[in-house]
Amino acid sequence: MISLAGRDILHAWGKFVFTGIGLGLLIGATFTMAGVYRGMVDDAKVMLDNSGADLWVVQQDTLGPYAEPSSIYDDTYRSILGISGVARAANVTYLIMQVRQEERDVRVLVTGVTADGPGTPGWPPYLVAGRQITRSHYEAVADIATGFKLGDRLHIRRNQYTVVGLTRRMVSSSGDPMVFIPLKDAQEAQFLKDNDAIVRSRARTAQNPALNRPGVPGLLDAVITSQSTNPYVNAVLVQLEAGHSSEDVAESIRRWKRLKVYDRAQMENILVGKLIATSARQIGMFMMILTIVSAAIVAFIIYTLTMGKIREIAVLKLIGTRNRTIAAMIMQQAVALGLIGFVVGKITATLWGPFFPKHVLLEPLDAVIGLIAVVVICILSSIIAIRAALKVDPAEAIGG
Amino acid sequence: MKKFLSTHGRTLALAAVLVPLLGLLVYVALRSGPLAPVPVTLVTVENRAVTPALYGIGTVEAHYTHKIGPTFAGRLRRVDVQSGDRVKAGQLLGEMDPVDLDDRIAAQTAALKHADANILAVKAQSQEAGVRNSFAEVQAKRYEQLLSIRSVSEENTEAKRQELQVTQSVLSAARANLDASRQEFSRLRSEREGLIRQRANLRLVSPVDGVVSRRDMDPGTTVVAGQSVIEVIEPGTVWINVRFDQQRAVGLKNGLPAKITLRSRADEPLAGQVSRVELHADPVTEEILAKIEFKLLPQTLPPLGELAEVTVALPVQKPMPVVPNASVQRVDRQLGVWIVEGDLLRFAPVKTGVTDLDGRVQIVEGLSGGERVVVYSQKALKSGSRIKIVKRVMGKSS
Repeated sequence: MISLAGRDILHAWGKFVFTGIGLGLLIGATFTMAGVYRGMVDDAKVMLDNSGADLWVVQQDTLGPYAEPSSIYDDTYRSILGISGVARAANVTYLIMQVRQEERDVRVLVTGVTADGPGTPGWPPYLVAGRQITRSHYEAVADIATGFKLGDRLHIRRNQYTVVGLTRRMVSSSGDPMVFIPLKDAQEAQFLKDNDAIVRSRARTAQNPALNRPGVPGLLDAVITSQSTNPYVNAVLVQLEAGHSSEDVAESIRRWKRLKVYDRAQMENILVGKLIATSARQIGMFMMILTIVSAAIVAFIIYTLTMGKIREIAVLKLIGTRNRTIAAMIMQQAVALGLIGFVVGKITATLWGPFFPKHVLLEPLDAVIGLIAVVVICILSSIIAIRAALKVDPAEAIGG
Repeated sequence: MKKFLSTHGRTLALAAVLVPLLGLLVYVALRSGPLAPVPVTLVTVENRAVTPALYGIGTVEAHYTHKIGPTFAGRLRRVDVQSGDRVKAGQLLGEMDPVDLDDRIAAQTAALKHADANILAVKAQSQEAGVRNSFAEVQAKRYEQLLSIRSVSEENTEAKRQELQVTQSVLSAARANLDASRQEFSRLRSEREGLIRQRANLRLVSPVDGVVSRRDMDPGTTVVAGQSVIEVIEPGTVWINVRFDQQRAVGLKNGLPAKITLRSRADEPLAGQVSRVELHADPVTEEILAKIEFKLLPQTLPPLGELAEVTVALPVQKPMPVVPNASVQRVDRQLGVWIVEGDLLRFAPVKTGVTDLDGRVQIVEGLSGGERVVVYSQKALKSGSRIKIVKRVMGKSS
């Protein structure tokens, strides 16, 4: 049996294929939008995964350390280690800042990790080059998204750090690449002001008669020293021993240490539900519009294609072709167009995805949903064209 | 144009567009996303000796810092030295205002002279009393003899005896007086010496041969007792007070060789050695403190307080299986490495030993050497991940 749709497509195959490719680029944009949204959610999740923690202990009544500022004393971890069910507890600091390297600067999330060794909560779980930090000062492991290379020297505040290792997909929930440095340096970096500010602050303290008493030598020095230390960290990351439930341990830390504790699910909820909620909705909205626009364009294209050959359809009708055959022809063409569009869309989205500055995650399930949506939209939009085609008067084939 | 292409030809042309398109789709579906194999690099576990090292930062300090200041509150009269001046032991560096101390010393000197004169007077009186007493003794003796031959009356003799007793008492009083005067003299002399000593205490004197490292106060300033006016250090005794993280300071002990990199001279590391590991660690910062001596003092001394990075070399360990620290990962609450056997991944729990500064980790338990383990991977690995072994893993952040 001859496929009418196939014959028709072959008749003007160039036009058909190019229309399909054009449609495909539009579908590719929609896929990319979905990928951007998935990427945002994934950024939040990988950040939690990479921290390697089961529990996050933060300042009371805060949503820290990612969604809100939180600071707790850096010796809190010792008392947390004493709680039953806690296998490991490590301090961590997070600071978003511009890191300078020669002429350029990069926005990064500087993460301070304790000097314990690989596998400690907070450390990058895997590398793509170099090695993990071995010195307790002035070494850094950077994400390749920062553009740094092994051996580069970075400026963080007044210190220089050597990049010894590179990671991949270590990003903050807002997609800023991470740079890992030793905790003590990070604590200093969080607190340290520029030298001018330090000199001014010293002078200001010295002018305060309450702090610079003539009869008490050494008081001023003590006050200045205490002003320039930072005994705080942003959170304590806790890993649990096997066989302990995170609720029980979290409850005992909450109860006895008077701190706020989040487990993995709650943290994800905070990040996805609160931190990126608005921007995710923004992108979701845009994706909706893009989908509607794509659907409208598919409908238009199929309608115009059908109207372009209205005379031929009239002839078909004239020679007594059944309506079902004509409808099937139009629908098959619409679906074929949709399929070409889907294939082109998927390929283009995959190809241009990596060039986006932030992570674009194309999930196979999204592709399947996209495929179904494309087919459904094509079928629906072909209905208008079918109605128009079926209404055509066979007499038009001979007339004007 | 349609004339040139038959139906057959058009089918071919369509297929020529669609087939590569489909091929490309299959390729991108398999090469990206979760279905794609994870590029990894491998390393063979080798038995080798690692040379662990410790890394810490510290500040340049002097062995002894002499803070020179007054022991009484007072006003600073003069300071003779500037920061950087070389001084000798015993050299006068400055002086506090003595207020009335000099006048009091003058008064004491006068009083001392007065006491001296007084001693002479009392001595003369005593001599006079002695002379009178000797005369009375002679008289009394004579009258006793005369009384025995009955030439004088008993009464006269009694009068002479009494005279003798009186002169004896006068003599004793005069002697006591002389003693008191001498005591008074030595009291005044001691008091004067005390004042002179106090006066000397107002002089700020260097206890050692050294260099003035600080001049904290200027003349006219009121200084309380114990406040430092001038700081003197001995320049030959500069060392680094360095802090090592407690978690990493395994095996730190006296005598180990060290490399010192001063912040101002980052390109020329200096040789040194651990001179002392302090018995007290810092409980707040969780650091161990140690002093690192320079093997050879630099020509120009580093300023005190300059930051220095110190790398202490520890003894070479005996050969053991060694992996890069990038391959040590924590999976399911266990520390281990991913071993590749054929095309399959297996997670092997390990116990790690010491690490050197280049990131080589000793594996105490779990590996025997010769295994191929994953070093770098483009994604976190799971057991059952498909892997692709490559030379180097980098690539875009897709």
